[in-house]
Amino acid sequence: MSDLRALYQEVILDHYKQPRNFGALDQPVRIAHGSNPLCGDQIKVYVDLDGDLVKQVTFEGHGCAISTAAASLMTEAVSGLARSAVEELSHTFRDLVTSSDGSGDQADAPQDGPDLGKLEVLAGVREYPVRIKCATLAWHALAAAMDAELAGEADQALSTVSTE
Amino acid sequence: MTLDAKTAFDALRMREIVPALRQEIGGHPLVYLDNAASTLRPQQVLDAQNAFEESSYSNVHRGVHTLSQRATQAFEDARETVARFIGATSSNEIVFVRGTTEALNLVAQTHGRQAVSEGDQVMVSEMEHHSNIVPWQMLCSETGAQLVKIPLTESGDLDLDVYHEALSERTKIVAISHVSNVLGTKNPIEEMAQSARSVGATVVVDGAQSAPHLGVDVEALGCDFYAFSAHKLYGPSGMGALWGKQDLLEAMPPWQGGGSMIRSVSFSGTEWNELPYKFEAGTPNITGAVGMAAAIDFLEAIGLEPIAAREAELLEAARSALLAESSVQVLGDPKQRASVVSFLIDGIHAHDVGQVLDQEGVAVRVGHHCAQPIMEFYGVASTSRASFGVYNDASDIDRLIDAIRTAKSFFAV
Repeated sequence: MSDLRALYQEVILDHYKQPRNFGALDQPVRIAHGSNPLCGDQIKVYVDLDGDLVKQVTFEGHGCAISTAAASLMTEAVSGLARSAVEELSHTFRDLVTSSDGSGDQADAPQDGPDLGKLEVLAGVREYPVRIKCATLAWHALAAAMDAELAGEADQALSTVSTE
Repeated sequence: MTLDAKTAFDALRMREIVPALRQEIGGHPLVYLDNAASTLRPQQVLDAQNAFEESSYSNVHRGVHTLSQRATQAFEDARETVARFIGATSSNEIVFVRGTTEALNLVAQTHGRQAVSEGDQVMVSEMEHHSNIVPWQMLCSETGAQLVKIPLTESGDLDLDVYHEALSERTKIVAISHVSNVLGTKNPIEEMAQSARSVGATVVVDGAQSAPHLGVDVEALGCDFYAFSAHKLYGPSGMGALWGKQDLLEAMPPWQGGGSMIRSVSFSGTEWNELPYKFEAGTPNITGAVGMAAAIDFLEAIGLEPIAAREAELLEAARSALLAESSVQVLGDPKQRASVVSFLIDGIHAHDVGQVLDQEGVAVRVGHHCAQPIMEFYGVASTSRASFGVYNDASDIDRLIDAIRTAKSFFAV
């Protein structure tokens, strides 16, 4: 049970049962669809962009506790940030969950990145390689949404990203 | 070592003869319920492979030296064992392949290309593993033929009325699994093959989930091709067999070109080798064949009938226990079934179920089981699946149910 608690921290169970920012945005500037072919999980991330500002991010979909909580926590963490700050946070988060030292000690989180705040609760997935994709699925979808705009596509493009 | 059904089914004895079962996962003795994905190897299979490697290994059908002769003998003996195991009339009808997937691709790309043209139909069932859908999809897109689905019913059986109705002289191939890897449904191959024959279609059976659990007689099934894998019947991975009727195999073009599959090669033309070598280009998985035969010896020593009876008992006990559990749903209720049951726990994603069960030392498969059309039919993204093998017993079902209760309590379901 103690190993399970390390992976599924209370914050994760809470965000799984009551995901924040769950649902479509009325007027999203960007939508990206993410899927994990391994388990069939699907997620849609809606982004309201205003110039360089990520005003609000929401999500819809069906997934496991880790992917749902990771998406919910992501929407809280990125809403209101500048795009460059979101990208930086995304990199720091990926480093956190893929860090190979596997000590699970949060002090080992990258020192020079932004403060991950509540996102730190997902550090436990690095002990479970098959679950890392669950934690990063929403972030992949968010990145796909951002890239779609950079590529100069239409205002409301639907991008698709897969973890495979 | 002689092993009869009575001693073999003693769980402690099974733990003795299957080394991988003698370990703890998460501080608990391992309960292995992922046999539909792959089985664990008994010591005698490992020993047989090792002994072959140590004393007889060399390339086959090549040299005059002693090791090559020993290797060739062992390899061809293995083919005889496989032929006898599934009731084939001749070992010439046994083509060694990497596994069921390769066997099905071989049939699709040789017999399929011969038999199917634009406007024809290939029928596959809605409960197929992706490996018995995608090769036919590829064939159809190449030839302009139509892929037709034999639909599922809510119980997890095939809708045979629709099947019989849909058969016509346009139907050239019917590809179906003997036992579903998700629902455990045992399909009525004899009846389906008879109808297919009456319209001139060939019948390809995916036997990956039946060969380890039922006594299979390909002649009695009435099919034209039967494919199965060694690693699901306690043998090594990367090894399997395709059985095909001799006249069909003879009429088929070779699949891959290379050594072994030729009789003579010159730049003016090449003559194909006789069966089954025409389909075995390159150096085969020689030790794999030895391991596959040793695994069949292991199964036959226990007896396929006692195995089928025992696994049927376990399956029914597991289904009853799961159905009695609150918040647990069992997928389908097929009329005839074997060795596999899929379930859902309300409010807990299958991935999380698998994680908790693993912590409790219980190995199950979670996900779509490479059968997404079944998931779509039932409107679910994924399921948890328990599948039984010769080394499981009633205490494993107790451990499964205990672990499910732990999951429910952890996620407050």
